[in-house]
Amino acid sequence: MVHFTAEEKAAVVSLWARVNVELVGGEVLGRLLVVYPWTQRFFDSFGNLSSESAIMGNPKVKAHGKKVLTSFGNAVKHMDDLKDTFAELSELHCDKLHVDPENFKLLGNMILIVLATHFTKEFTPQVQAAWQKLTTAVANALTRKYH
Amino acid sequence: MVLSAADRAAVRALWKKLGSNVGIYATEALERTFASFPTTKTYFPHFDLSPGSAQVKAHGKKVADALTTAVGHLDDLPGALSALSDLHAHELRVDPVNFKFLGHCLLVTLARHYPGDFGPAMHASLDKFLSHVISALASSYG
Repeated sequence: MVHFTAEEKAAVVSLWARVNVELVGGEVLGRLLVVYPWTQRFFDSFGNLSSESAIMGNPKVKAHGKKVLTSFGNAVKHMDDLKDTFAELSELHCDKLHVDPENFKLLGNMILIVLATHFTKEFTPQVQAAWQKLTTAVANALTRKYH
Repeated sequence: MVLSAADRAAVRALWKKLGSNVGIYATEALERTFASFPTTKTYFPHFDLSPGSAQVKAHGKKVADALTTAVGHLDDLPGALSALSDLHAHELRVDPVNFKFLGHCLLVTLARHYPGDFGPAMHASLDKFLSHVISALASSYG
């Protein structure tokens, strides 16, 4: 089980309190689809993903991004129990959605980069490290039930 | 995955904007790499890795110069980086997985310092550029 120090938890929780989940969620998912276009494979039903502006402006992308990041918010609330928190979602991503877990790492890195653009000076190496640890741990928790 | 003309133009334009600060950002990227990916520190047991370390700063300058060389040779990255690839493969023997960690931390550094310039399209071009650099660096392995 991953252990987060008090400082790491504080870094994560304090930043998260100021994240606009709707805005950041849309941006994170949008960037995933722009920077790693093969990830669009999961979103055939989302309509126009033909250009950067189409993707970033796509209402389904924004809505789904918000959903994903809201779920991530659960991780922030349960940093000491990520395994159980994400057990059901792990099964879902394997059995129903058939998502390669590599994508969890890619999305995690997108979260980091978007946070960097929003929080700039505050996103110090130490704050990044805490968030890096969290996104890695969530990716691992989401992968746990794969078979 | 090819570097399009638009990708090249974007990378060159950003590099021009970074100017003489490339060394500062490469150093910060190294610091971020050591903080977020502690296993990377295993390659630097001989370094003082505390904040503000002169050794890390000097190493950041080396990395910056290599990246600037890469930006100047976007049409032939394998050729331009072949000596560095040999070095990393045969002398330093760095596992190539670590190149991705540094690449990611460089993106975080640039996103943090140039948030207005780091839109999705620029992000994508830079990511592709770094992937090509990493590929060129790994070409002498095995």
